[in-house]
Formats: sequence, C-alpha cells, structure tokens
Amino acid sequence: MENKIKFVQGNEACVEGALYAGVDFYAGYPITPSTEIAEVLSQRLPQAGGKFIQMEDEIASMCAIIGASLTGHKVMTATSGPGFSLKQEAIGYACMAEIPCVIANVQRGGPSTGNPTHVSQGDINQARWGTHGDHAIIALTASNHQDVFEMTIDAFNLAETYRTPVILLLDEAIGHMREKLEIPAAGEIELVERLRTSVPKGVDYRPYLPREDGRLPMSDFGGEHRYNVTGLYHDMWGFPSASPQVVNELLRHLVDKIDINIEKITRYKEYFLDDAEYILVSYGSSARSAIHLAKNRREKGEKIGVLELQSIWPFPHDLVREKCSRAKSVVVVEMNLGQVMAQVKASVDNPEKVFLANRIDGKLITPSDIKRLLRVIQGRGI
Amino acid sequence: MAVQDYIRQRFFPHMWCPGCGHGIVLNSLLRAVEQLELDKNDIVMTSGIGCSARISGYVDFHSLHTIHGRALAFATGVKLSKPELTLLVPMGDGDALAIGGNHFIHAARRNIDMTAIVMNNRIYGMTGGQFSPLSGCGIKATTAPYTTIDNDFNVVDLAAAAGATFVARSTVYHAKESTELLKNAIQHKGFSVVEILSQCPTHFGRKNKGGDAAAMMENYKNITAPVGSKTLEENPELLGRGIFVQKERPEYCQEYDKIIEVAMKGASK
Ligand code: SF4
Repeated sequence: MENKIKFVQGNEACVEGALYAGVDFYAGYPITPSTEIAEVLSQRLPQAGGKFIQMEDEIASMCAIIGASLTGHKVMTATSGPGFSLKQEAIGYACMAEIPCVIANVQRGGPSTGNPTHVSQGDINQARWGTHGDHAIIALTASNHQDVFEMTIDAFNLAETYRTPVILLLDEAIGHMREKLEIPAAGEIELVERLRTSVPKGVDYRPYLPREDGRLPMSDFGGEHRYNVTGLYHDMWGFPSASPQVVNELLRHLVDKIDINIEKITRYKEYFLDDAEYILVSYGSSARSAIHLAKNRREKGEKIGVLELQSIWPFPHDLVREKCSRAKSVVVVEMNLGQVMAQVKASVDNPEKVFLANRIDGKLITPSDIKRLLRVIQGRGI
Repeated sequence: MAVQDYIRQRFFPHMWCPGCGHGIVLNSLLRAVEQLELDKNDIVMTSGIGCSARISGYVDFHSLHTIHGRALAFATGVKLSKPELTLLVPMGDGDALAIGGNHFIHAARRNIDMTAIVMNNRIYGMTGGQFSPLSGCGIKATTAPYTTIDNDFNVVDLAAAAGATFVARSTVYHAKESTELLKNAIQHKGFSVVEILSQCPTHFGRKNKGGDAAAMMENYKNITAPVGSKTLEENPELLGRGIFVQKERPEYCQEYDKIIEVAMKGASK
C-alpha cells in the first residue's frame, strides 16, 4: 500500500493517528476546539467496525472508555479546557486501576470557560496534577500535523505498554490549522498491543502482579479470568486493601513504572543546538514560532537553537540540563504564565539564565514577540 | 450451580453491619443469576461507591468497583464495546440519583441493555448518615439535624419518564419477589431498573426511630402492596411493588450494529 497524502486540520491528523494505532472505541462530549476529533471519528469508526458514543457529559465519556478498555479495546476520548477538568477524577481512576486509554486535550484559554476559540497552553500543570494524590502521568504534544499523527500513535503505544492513561496535549492553533499530512502504509509504524496473560483458565491469575520487566499482563473482561478492578488501593488480585505495605508498594509501582522509563518515554526534537548560545525551549504551536525565529536568525549568523519538547510529562529534566548546559540564556516560549519554564528552571544548573517569552491573550506568540524579548536578554535593546 | 459458587467466599463475612438490608439484595440477585443459569464469565458487575458498592467485591463475576455515581457510565462502555456481556449495576440511592442522576436518566433514554439496581436505604451509610435524594421530607440525618426539607424522587416514575423499558420495585422483606423481578429485569432486552428498599439500621433507623432491622423490614411489608392489588387501590399512600413498565423499544447496542452496517456499506462504495 502506498503512503496517503492529505490536507487536514490538526484534529483530523489526530484522528488519523488514532485510527492508524487501532482505536476502536471512542466516547466523548462535544467541546470547542476539540469537536472535530469526535465528528470525524463518529464517521470513521463505524466504517471500520468500531464504536463511537456521544455521552451525556465529559465525566461519563471518560468512564465509558475505561469500561471499554477493560474488554480489550483501544480507546480514546477528546476534550478541551472545562471538559478536561471534569475528566480528572476518572483519569485518576485509570491511573490507579492501570487501564490503558488516551485523552486528547485540545487546549483553549482558561480558567473556567475562558477563551474557547483561542489558543493557549495553559493545561500543562493540569495534565500533571489535575487529579488528586500522588501519581505519574505521560503527556505528549506536537507542533505540526505529521507529529500530531505520530504522537497520537505513540500515545496509544505508551498507554498499552505501561497500562496508563496518556494525555495528548494539543492546542487550538494546531487543532484547527490545516496542513499536509502523509499517512504511512499500514505496518510502517510499529504498534504496541497490550500484554495479555498467558495464565490458563483455572490457574490463579493475578492482574496486578508485575512481571520482571514491570509490565502487567491483562485479561479482557468477558474472558476466562474473573477479577476485580477498583480505584481503592488493592492487592495483586485487584481486591481492596489498606495494608500499609500494599498501599506503599502500589503507589511506588504506579510512579516508578513511568519514572524509571523516562528515557524510553521522552520525545524531543532539536534545531541548531550544537553551538547555540541562546536556546529556545518550546512545544506545540509556539514551537513553530521559535523554530521560525531560530532559522531566520541563523541566516544572520546568530547562534540560536531550539529544543522542542514532544513529551512534557514525565518532564525530561536530565535532557534539558544536558542540552542547555552551555547556553548563555534559555528562553522558554509558551502560551501561559510559565508552566514549562518552572520545570526548565528546576532542570538547569543556573536558573537565573532562564527567561520566559509568552503570550496569554489568546493570540499566537509570533517570532517577533520572541525576538523582542531576546534582544532585551542579549542587552541589545529593542 | 449452587448459589455459593457465585460468591467469592474468601471475602466473607462481608463488611455490612448486622441487620443491613444489602446482604438480602445480594442474596436475591444471586438467586436470580442462579435460576437463569448464567455463566459467570458472561457477567460484569459494575458498582459505584458506598456501602452498596462493595457488593461487586463479593460476587465471582468480572467486577468493576468504580467512582461515586458513575457505575452506569462505566457499564455503558463495557456493554457497548462487548454487547454479549450481561451488565448488572447495583447502586446506592445517592450513588444512583444524586451524583449519578445524569447518567441514570441518559442510560434510560438510550435504552442500553443493562440492569440497574437501586439499593434504596434513603441514607448515605458509608459516610455516616447524611440525607440522600431518596430520603424525602421530614427525615433526620447528620446533615439534616432539623429534618430534611428536600423532596425525594420517585425512582419508578423517574425511570419510566426517562425511558427505561423495564421498571420494577420491591423490598428486602420480599426477597423471593425481588428474585423474580430481577430475573425479569436481566432477561429484558433494554434498560431495566429495579428499586429495592433496603434498610440501614445503623444510620437511617437509629436517627429516625425506625427500630431494629426486623422492625424496619416489617415496615416495608406494611407500607407496600402489590401492583394491581385491591389494597393498593384502596390505599394510594402505599408504595406499589411489582412491575410498572415492561415494553419493547429498540436497544442501543443493536441499533449501533445497524449504524456499523450502514457505515461499512458507505465506506466500501
Ligand atoms: S451503614 Fe447502613 S447501609 Fe452501610 S452497611 Fe451499615 S447498615 Fe448497611
């Protein structure tokens, strides 16, 4: 089969990625600017024998995909701002019960109803800490449609590998912008299927007993092993337990299975970093402006580079420290009040050299916005 | 199969208080499953949070103990993704109709094939006796020290109005009748609601001078009468027991299969 070329919105690129990855169950509630993901999937899923359901709210959508994942399906939901807030309790449940699922959040301006049709990257911290309690999470992002496609596939692969919810943090500009997408032939990109148990019928199956490599083999609901799934701390059979040892070990397992694998999970791109004196760290649609500016200034002989993060959580502190160690200044380019900047500051040896170039007014941050700040940092005036 | 083969015996004795009605609901339900000769692997029980919700841990089915109020939403995902499974969804009254009220009416509207069991004890038991949307007016609860002024829902009317195609009510005093109703509900193709009045002597009974468990159960006998009976006709203040709604309407998963058929034809053109 040949590669297919399409001219699509970012939200459609996300759908293409999900379908390529094998999504076969979607539950959602319409909310701008994520609606096209639901609309296109409502058409495409049944064509492939999959299921789409429009639930009564965002909470129900999140719960429904968890239920469907337990019967062995690859599942996703998509939302924006307020909907993401509503989903948090059930996202926490999926973390605790270790259920693979993908949640796309096409970010819009917040808090509250905020700025529905405008761009923002304000949900970075919510993706990490939106639900209560300690836990780990994986969150990916993308700055162009080819990457949206690939990161969506990655989101499914990581969810199935680590039995965890994976959050796809897109933004309004990426979601609604149109550009070229090349869809590779089936089989070209590797897909991960969840590990299924090899324990035969009648033999004690322990759904929460990790193998040596940390993975938990699953059994589909409706299959031969009947087990319990709960959001309470639970033993290896899935039954509630408040034993200090069980609680301690389970929480550490939930966090460690992600943190220990940070190198396998981290995704990034770099542009002109080798000799860069000024490094722009960015992601999503703001990374496009950062990359544009860097290319432009390189032509004029300025040593500017870009580190584009494609995975935000777990935050790649070591990577950022290493890449930024020789830079005079590091400028984080994002459309919020410095959510990733705080992480970058915590990563580098000298936080004083980290600056923020941002916009929070619902307008895209432009290369000239970034340039203005850079000039100040460089001591060259405006 | 014997009824004890449907339970996870290692978790007994259960955590419910002595005299709690929930054990009787479990008994009625298991006897229904036993009499229908259902395969344990075909059943998924989804519950929410609260005393009632612990029921899913005791049954040897696929069991999903979810978050407060959302049992039906989880169950919808399970059922639609694997329609051949039988979904049993026991819920407490607050679980089903306060925080879960939205899911309740929408599951009924869709007419998705599952059996919702409202274990109605008119109180939040696990959190220590706060009033629920089924408490009704004039009830004492830890959050209603001067008695409640909140009206309650009539579960039967609400379920019927929302579109449930099977609606029934019974009490734990009438355990065998409950089994019959549950059998009908499980066999019914569509969204079934069975309300079972179940006592919480620990919180509701103590605060409202309901007497001990036996007295509370006795009361269920006195305040109810079978649907269609003369007693009920003559005493409209009594609560009806039995089947209120039983009708055919297209079931959601089956309708979705038709969507797939249409979509696939369109795609192959
Ligand atoms: S608190 Fe009430 S509902 Fe809960 S177990 Fe005790 S008697 Fe039953």
